[in-house]
Amino acid sequence: MPEFQEKAPLLDREVIADDIFRLTLHAPKIAAAARPGQFVMLRVGAGMDPLLRRPFSIHQIDASGNMKILFKVIGRGTAALAGVSPGSSIDCIGPLGNGFSLEKKGRLCLVGGGMGIAPLYFLASRLLQNGKRVDRDFVLLGARNHQELHIVADEFYELGYRVQTATDDGSLGHHGFVTELLDPILPAMERVCTCGPLAMMKICADKAGAADVACQVSLETHMACGLGACLGCAVRNADGGYLHVCRQGPVFDAGEVKWTG
Amino acid sequence: MDRINGKDIDLRVRLGGLSLRNPVMTASGTFGYAGEFSHLVDLQRLGAVVVKGISLAPRPGNPPPRVVETACGMLNAIGLENVGLEGFLAEKMEFLREINSRVIVNILGDSVREYGLLAEKLTGVKGVDALEVNISCPNVKKGGVAFGTDPAMAAEVTRVVKEGTDLPVIVKLSPNVTDITVMARAVEEAGADAVSLINTLIGMAIDPASRRPRLANIIGGLSGPAIKPVALRMVWQAARAVSIPVIGIGGIATPEDALEFLIAGATAIQVGTANFYQPRSAESIIDGLAAYLKTQGEDSIRSIIGTLQTEGD
Repeated sequence: MPEFQEKAPLLDREVIADDIFRLTLHAPKIAAAARPGQFVMLRVGAGMDPLLRRPFSIHQIDASGNMKILFKVIGRGTAALAGVSPGSSIDCIGPLGNGFSLEKKGRLCLVGGGMGIAPLYFLASRLLQNGKRVDRDFVLLGARNHQELHIVADEFYELGYRVQTATDDGSLGHHGFVTELLDPILPAMERVCTCGPLAMMKICADKAGAADVACQVSLETHMACGLGACLGCAVRNADGGYLHVCRQGPVFDAGEVKWTG
Repeated sequence: MDRINGKDIDLRVRLGGLSLRNPVMTASGTFGYAGEFSHLVDLQRLGAVVVKGISLAPRPGNPPPRVVETACGMLNAIGLENVGLEGFLAEKMEFLREINSRVIVNILGDSVREYGLLAEKLTGVKGVDALEVNISCPNVKKGGVAFGTDPAMAAEVTRVVKEGTDLPVIVKLSPNVTDITVMARAVEEAGADAVSLINTLIGMAIDPASRRPRLANIIGGLSGPAIKPVALRMVWQAARAVSIPVIGIGGIATPEDALEFLIAGATAIQVGTANFYQPRSAESIIDGLAAYLKTQGEDSIRSIIGTLQTEGD
């Protein structure tokens, strides 16, 4: 699998909510090679603090070699990224990791929570491009409120998916957890793909398992390199050993992952 | 190749019996088994690749979280996860033989015997050019005291490895000692062909919100630019204390960093944590060393080594 390092000019910076941003980067080599579920390691500036790159899932790709990243400011790395102005460049390495299944057959339900909605959009659009019938497929999206969710939810809707939303404050869609939307839909589904908070993905994995529906999850951890060298991104697997999120993931079958402890 | 005064710029250095095309290596544990970087780095430009430390049996490593960023650096407690000797020979050596760069295998053990066996089994393996001995591991038989903090134990490991191999042996020193020169002299007397330093400094970080350590292992090894001044001081002290070559490690990310270590007395350097955030660091250092020689009117990197000017010199 090819990997590239590109100085990607920042073309656009959207403020989605107070602490949520969407960047459009021109990274033609990465964009051409990327598959849904893969990620990039980004570095802002050449300073020493913050030192390490930060992993971001690829949110959108277009035919002109542009790549979008959707993120919430949670620390120094994301704060630095949010402060970059259009015209400057960001050092990108990618595409990294394995990616979601692109199986076209069978009904699919995507479940995204918080920033976990980011890679699911790339998956949803690529499946459509590949000729998958999506008008019977569901996209379930959860967030804190309307402001965080409505722009991206509309974009999923425009692709032709059946979109349902849930918010913590009830300002958009279902007032409650996004996983509560899964129950009536699940029996008709063949596959679930989920990305978001660990607790949310665990509920998805449990429900899918109980309904005998295949489930892929996309995990997030701290990592220093993203390349398989630092071995810092270990998570427990179901057999008591470790999985490395960067090279073996970030997408795993739910059954591979140890969900407690 | 660039030229100066009508001569090619010469970056070659020798570490005992090991000759390198340039003094820039990638440090163990920061460059995997080289294949991880094959798309991003021109591996054949490197002076040497030091592979992720190998033990006799595979090791699963520590529970997560294993890494945390700190000011200008990072803490890690990977737990020496590695594929084990057999896995290394079966899965990694074939690629390493083809990279057209020197391959140094870092070895680690929890007993003197394990170090000796590793040295024997890696000797004669095609493509292995030297061994680097990680002595920062706990000696299980001596209550878990690190080999690298006791001069007698460090010397014993060095002797046993030297007896088991005819490959050049580099001993990688721990900085977590009172006097680095005592350790450097101990392994020199035991037969080490070179020393490399420093390994990581032991540190920790706490999340005040949860009052929990940020690493599951509680403590871990600090690396990155934050440790460079400490590393440089220790390399300077070690280079004055021993007559075998010293390899400088610790926060090296730029040509200027590398030059500091060479001027302090290092014959070669290793790039570590910088590989994680800027995979082309080693290549840019190689380019920068050649450019520096040009501006200094020197044709050999060897004429820079140990040239620190102090008052009165």
